[in-house]
Amino acid sequence: MNKKQKKMLARILIAAALLIGFNFLPFTGYVRFIFYLIPYLIIGYDILIKAFKGIKNRQPFDESLLMAIATIGAIAIALTGDGDYTEAIAVMLFYQIGEWFQSYAVGKSRRNISDLMDIRPDYANIEVNGKLEQVDPDEVEIGSVIVVQPGEKVPIDGIVTEGSSTLNTSALTGESLPRDAEEGDEVISGCINMTGVLKIKTTKEFGESTVSKILDLVENASSRKSRSEEFITRFARIYTPAVVYSAIALAILPPLVRMLGMGLPAEWGTWIYRALTFLVISCPCALVISIPLSFFAGIGGASNAGVLVKGSNYLETLSQTKYVVFDKTGTLTQGVFEVNEVHHNQMDREQLLEYAALAESASSHPISKSLQRAYGKEIDRSRVTDIRELSGNGVTAKVDGVEVAAGNSKLMDKLGVKWIDCHQAGTIIHMAVDGKYAGHIVISDIEKPHAKEAIRALRSAGVEKTVMLTGDSRKVAEHVAADLGIDEVHAELLPADKVDKVEELLEKKPQKGKLAFVGDGINDAPVLSRADIGIAMGAMGSDAAIEAADIVLMDDDPLKIAKAIRISRKCLRIVYENIWFAIGIKLICLVLGAVGIANMWLAIFADVGVMIIAVLNAIRALFVKKL
Amino acid sequence: MKKTYKIDVDCANCANKMEQAAKNTAGVKDAVVNFMTLKMNVEFEDGHDAKSVMKEVLKNCKKVEDDCEIFI
Repeated sequence: MNKKQKKMLARILIAAALLIGFNFLPFTGYVRFIFYLIPYLIIGYDILIKAFKGIKNRQPFDESLLMAIATIGAIAIALTGDGDYTEAIAVMLFYQIGEWFQSYAVGKSRRNISDLMDIRPDYANIEVNGKLEQVDPDEVEIGSVIVVQPGEKVPIDGIVTEGSSTLNTSALTGESLPRDAEEGDEVISGCINMTGVLKIKTTKEFGESTVSKILDLVENASSRKSRSEEFITRFARIYTPAVVYSAIALAILPPLVRMLGMGLPAEWGTWIYRALTFLVISCPCALVISIPLSFFAGIGGASNAGVLVKGSNYLETLSQTKYVVFDKTGTLTQGVFEVNEVHHNQMDREQLLEYAALAESASSHPISKSLQRAYGKEIDRSRVTDIRELSGNGVTAKVDGVEVAAGNSKLMDKLGVKWIDCHQAGTIIHMAVDGKYAGHIVISDIEKPHAKEAIRALRSAGVEKTVMLTGDSRKVAEHVAADLGIDEVHAELLPADKVDKVEELLEKKPQKGKLAFVGDGINDAPVLSRADIGIAMGAMGSDAAIEAADIVLMDDDPLKIAKAIRISRKCLRIVYENIWFAIGIKLICLVLGAVGIANMWLAIFADVGVMIIAVLNAIRALFVKKL
Repeated sequence: MKKTYKIDVDCANCANKMEQAAKNTAGVKDAVVNFMTLKMNVEFEDGHDAKSVMKEVLKNCKKVEDDCEIFI
């Protein structure tokens, strides 16, 4: 509670106590009026001042003014009538309680959400003359060596120069599995160092580091307003004046009609009372507060799960996603080649791999690397001689004096070796040893562990169609798509073709559904921006991806896409619940008020009660763990 | 030119009113008030001094909502 809230709470308690105490006073008439004026002024003086200023500044539709008119009106009725001032004061009291609660709840959720995103490091340790000194991370220059002790946050992006440790990245990625870091590894700011002391040479300034970028992004996210928020703002602008004019009409017209048209007594008091209840209901606060609060909580909850949403509008669009288009390499697959199988080998599998790895030892191509990894032992270059690279075909070399050829079918044709075709998809390396066919090695990009599950999760989250775009060969693409259960594949595409394909799909998709494109942020910036919503994965540390995408998944896990969609659905569901609930209750109370069934108490519920319920409902958007 | 200012205001509707008031100030191209983070992003028109424009913005905001503050 801040100072303002404490003061308000004291006023509320004193006024409430006085109100109850005065019930037992025996006075009537003006003495009673003056006594009751005390709690009224204690609880309402600021509202009266504000109302007055509102008139002075020509801003008549101010809720303070409405409250002032409503309560003064109720007091006037009480003064001329039954002397029951409780209602007027209670209305003011409840209004203030509502305001107090709103201020408290909003402040609390503001803090909750910023705690969730509390990855901002407060200091960086620099070693000066053998002693550690804490400095402001902003002051650390690129290339400085900082020391991170166990339990501390890594303040700035950099490379480990000394020490090894495990890092907890959960604040960034929502991933609970710790990551190892040792000498030479790049580490990003925001991770928590768990076990050992690390010395890190910084590669970025604090302002450019991952942690600053993320904080900046999330803090500004709720400034990009969604359509629902704009609707509410417009609605509020019409709603209040409309209700005020209806209140005036309600106070004047029915009595006049009764008096002049029907010859009945005017009953001014009754109708003015009804008009006053109207005024109490007229505040649009419940709506105006709960919608942005829901989005704010949704964005906060999402970022806690490792999903950065760049704006409320994107959360709204994401919730309507019907088509999800994937890039293959790096998104559904790991982008790392691996030896899968060895077929038709006459010799030992190990032996064949050894020959292949040695023959390819001079190359740094990803395929050669994968062969060397599969071999798994130190490569002794002295065993290899006469290496000849035939571009687009493969390699021939002498390993331990034996003629070895490794390459595609063209190479085999060239050498006059009969080869056997492979039924599997992937890159095939045919091997000939000593001029004879020795089998082939199948190398392929491996699917991410959760890729299959991710596609299934998307389907159960209500996505109608999944599409995969890739520059890879048709055979490989179709194989991956069939394995993962993807509906549509387009293979052998150049980067520019991907934009065309996405445009084609945008045409085809149902009007109301949205199309999301998921990529790894490398080379696909144009596609990311062309889709209704661009999702970049594995963006930790990749500035380009954070820049281009609307939603950024902090780790590589494709399962997070479905989670992000579910988070957005929940958030939007809460938003609509609040819109319908608040407008609905208010309209019902307005009607009841007009026909005289609702009294001031119900009006207060329609104003304050609805707001409290809507705020509590909005906070639910924060809880996304179980989605 | 764009700048972000910290603000203080109590209710969401008042924040919306401030946004309108800021938008209608001469020299302001666009303004967004974020009630949740209590920040006001102002985009100025070319050739206007941010400081003097912000003084006007504050004056106009005070008119629509007395109980507000912009930390210029």
